[in-house]
Amino acid sequence: MSILQVRDLTVTFPGDIQAVRGVSYEVSRGEVLGIVGESGSGKSVTSLAIMGLLPRDAVVSGSVKLHDRELIGVDEDELVKVRGKSISMIFQDPLSAFTPVYTIGDQIAEAVRIHQKMAKDKAAKRAVELLDLVGIPHPDVRAKSFPHEFSGGMRQRAMIAMAIANDPDLLICDEPTTALDVTIQAQVLEVLKTAQRETGAGIVMITHDLGVIAGMADRVLVMYAGRPVEQGPVDELYYRPRMPYTMGLLASIPRIDGEEGPLVPIEGNPPSPAALPPGCPFAPRCPMRIDSCDEEEPPLTPIGGGRHVACIRSREIEHKGLTGADVFPVPVIPPSDVVRVPREQRPTVLELDGLVRHYPLMKGAVFKRRVGTVHAVDGISFDIAEGETLALVGESGCGKTTTLQQIMRLEPPQGGRVVVLGKDSAHLDRAARKSLRGDLQIVFQDPMAALDPRMPVGDIIAEPLRAHGHKDVAARVAELLSLVGLAPEHAERYPQRFSGGQRQRIGIARALALDPKLLVLDEPVSALDVSIQAGVINLLEKLKNTLGLSYLFVAHDLAVVRHLADRVAVMYLGKIAEIGAVANVYDRPAHPYTQALLSAIPLPDPEMERTRKRILLEGDLPSPADPPSGCRFRTRCPKFARLSEAERRRCVDEEPSVVRLASAADHGAACHYAEEIEVITASGDQEEK
Amino acid sequence: MGKYLLRRLAINVVLVAIAASLAYLLAATTMNPRAAYEGRQPPVAEHVIDATLDAYNLNDKTPVLERYATWVSGVVTGDFGKTWNGGSVNDEMGRRIWVSLRLLLIGTVLGFVIGVALGALSAIRQYRFTDRFVGVSSFAIMAIPVFLMATLLAIATYNVNRGLGFTLIEYTGEYNPRLSGWDQLLNRVNHLILPTISLTLGSVAFYSRIQRNMMLDVLGQDFVRTAMAKGLRRRTALTKHALRTALIPSATYFAFAFGTMFTGAIFTEKIFAWHGMGAWLVDSIHQNDVNSVAAVTFFTAICVLTAAFLSDVLVAALDPRVRVS
Repeated sequence: MSILQVRDLTVTFPGDIQAVRGVSYEVSRGEVLGIVGESGSGKSVTSLAIMGLLPRDAVVSGSVKLHDRELIGVDEDELVKVRGKSISMIFQDPLSAFTPVYTIGDQIAEAVRIHQKMAKDKAAKRAVELLDLVGIPHPDVRAKSFPHEFSGGMRQRAMIAMAIANDPDLLICDEPTTALDVTIQAQVLEVLKTAQRETGAGIVMITHDLGVIAGMADRVLVMYAGRPVEQGPVDELYYRPRMPYTMGLLASIPRIDGEEGPLVPIEGNPPSPAALPPGCPFAPRCPMRIDSCDEEEPPLTPIGGGRHVACIRSREIEHKGLTGADVFPVPVIPPSDVVRVPREQRPTVLELDGLVRHYPLMKGAVFKRRVGTVHAVDGISFDIAEGETLALVGESGCGKTTTLQQIMRLEPPQGGRVVVLGKDSAHLDRAARKSLRGDLQIVFQDPMAALDPRMPVGDIIAEPLRAHGHKDVAARVAELLSLVGLAPEHAERYPQRFSGGQRQRIGIARALALDPKLLVLDEPVSALDVSIQAGVINLLEKLKNTLGLSYLFVAHDLAVVRHLADRVAVMYLGKIAEIGAVANVYDRPAHPYTQALLSAIPLPDPEMERTRKRILLEGDLPSPADPPSGCRFRTRCPKFARLSEAERRRCVDEEPSVVRLASAADHGAACHYAEEIEVITASGDQEEK
Repeated sequence: MGKYLLRRLAINVVLVAIAASLAYLLAATTMNPRAAYEGRQPPVAEHVIDATLDAYNLNDKTPVLERYATWVSGVVTGDFGKTWNGGSVNDEMGRRIWVSLRLLLIGTVLGFVIGVALGALSAIRQYRFTDRFVGVSSFAIMAIPVFLMATLLAIATYNVNRGLGFTLIEYTGEYNPRLSGWDQLLNRVNHLILPTISLTLGSVAFYSRIQRNMMLDVLGQDFVRTAMAKGLRRRTALTKHALRTALIPSATYFAFAFGTMFTGAIFTEKIFAWHGMGAWLVDSIHQNDVNSVAAVTFFTAICVLTAAFLSDVLVAALDPRVRVS
């Protein structure tokens, strides 16, 4: 029996912006419905409409029934009885979702007291119980903490505690783990599963991460341009998608168990909700488009087996058994000439030797004082050969960004050496430093913030050229624009006219302006939607091969890293835990942290997700101001827990350094008890079983 | 914490000393208290003037550093010296601080409360009539200088009183000394009406603009949505969660306004003929009254520094994010 029934829900914002255009679904008790879509597809607006939380100028029509009680159009008195009681919501960014000036315990107790007649002290006790349930250590103490004193994962746990405070029938989770690191994401997803078991609630899980949905959902709804385009049981939809958009999405995500070769991008951008194309909204990007696609928007029609598809060619797709890789054109990326030379014979473009960066830790806003030292980067070493991509991965706070900043600064480091293209940064004068900057360029994470909104794109790209005194700037700008897949006439436009993916291409063009040898990529695709991300990854790969670039690539998405990088260095608390060729590290990780990290990544494969055993890490990253003695990972290490007392002593007393493993040429781990194990089953093996 | 408080206090003492010394030296070198005695009819003999000025530590024939030393030795024992005509600066200041406080306390607090409320309201009703009305009125009020506003209010009241044939609202002075008991209290309240309106209007306009911006920043934040998703009514979510958080920056302004209140209302005091600290500053400059100028400056410096400290304490009290653990 269904808890929630949504029928033909539409949401229109002023200016005739049709954010949601007819969404229908049902959720039963204990069921998880996954809603997938890219930004702007209307998935979050749908859930806010159900809660009645949209701004007042939004026009909502259609029907939302909770236990056969209509929710659309009822007044606030009725709605407040439902919100937080029958339907609870978990939001994406847990920092801004808590009021900063009240304690976590008070905010949870408030949620309890709104709906249950309970004395203040009893409600406070209930809040502690709830925090305990979601796995917050020392809940009685932590309940008195303020939101900023919680880590991201803890806040999301507290958010879940607050959501289940009144034993809801339905939980709406809006990108609940998007802002979190993978190991924390794995923890939080476990907590969500616990919460569901405790309450028996139905869950609507909204996300853009197809891996998360694969492991959680029973049924999936794919949204595009404000409408569902495909709906069905999770296995059916993942293994036999019937709508080109779904097929494209599944084909465009890089996988940590995936084969090599270019990704399959979906060309173009999602349509603006204010200017939808006639007919099928996906038609302009669809490789299977025929003329009749533009005539009429196909309705979501049942095709049996509980599945619904909105595509006029779905029968044909089913008949021929087409997949995304068959339908979407696979780009051809020219191979690199450099890699034919063995790595040892290639020149080294970047060398880090025991790099150290510490920050003073200041406390207090009224009275500032130094209370300690943040060991942001604590002696890391690696090198990058010409034509190579080294990826630096790790969770937030591990020191990736600090490392980048130290390299980009080209100044003497606090400790260790930074050698760029054979030049030691400690011995550079002003002129040498400036000319070296031309060889070392950076692409930033957030393409919105990295471009000056008041400068035309042409000027943005020309700026490094002018700064280095180049002539004939216009021709070079045109050349760069076409190099990154934009048109030369785009030079006159301002950044806001471009989509996220295009802006990142502009950022790349700017970085390439001075013909650098080494490009530093700081999370270049993490702010982009999956279908766009694939195109940018392919572009980076193509540029590297054709221009003979080397990349230092910083990312937290290990699937993207596997795809783009040749070598990978895993960082933990300012140290390198494991380093080596991608194939070695991914297939035979030797450090317990790498193993946990890899096992935490959700795969877009429902069958594998259900059968996979996760290595769950306990707790959060320790503070870099007070790293544990000996091995920094030991406080969370699953291996440490299994060691004997005598073996443990070594972990506590002696800090491990990166040691080359005997079995492979390019593979080292910083663990006293390193042991290679397989964490990701290759997709091929799975099928054989 | 105690150590930091002490260090901060020490720095403040130094700052007050510098401010007051500079003010004293400036006043002592540029002002001419002798003028008040020289122009008299019948003329006063020079040695008499000298003797009088010497007694008040105002004689320009004494080197300025010597006068400064005398002044300092008085100030450290709490004696601010004599006014130009021999009165005690301490007595005068003691009286006038209370006059200023009685005049300004209500206006300052009222201005903050009404301003914050209107600002929050205008943010909630952004771009609607209420918002536009509050916005336009605020800018209109801010565009009128306070001396013009006060004078206009006084003229209007005068005309109203004349039209009515009796004094409905007083527009000058602090109270009528001939009344006593409850009558005098009512009379004091009556005298307060006009200056309070004039003070309040200005600060309402100011705070409402600030609070509107702060509130708008907060309204778009997720935690307001979370509060409503919990089941709180919109109104409760807006006051308990949004306004409470948006109040933090305004509190800083308020602390400063409160601290500088004593000497900040020169125009209001002069126009409505209240003999408070602000009016004293202007009067003492007119009268070449060196010691009074120095005393007012000394007092103002203390007020400003207290206000800065108050604002830090207030923010720390309101915002757990900046508290020292």
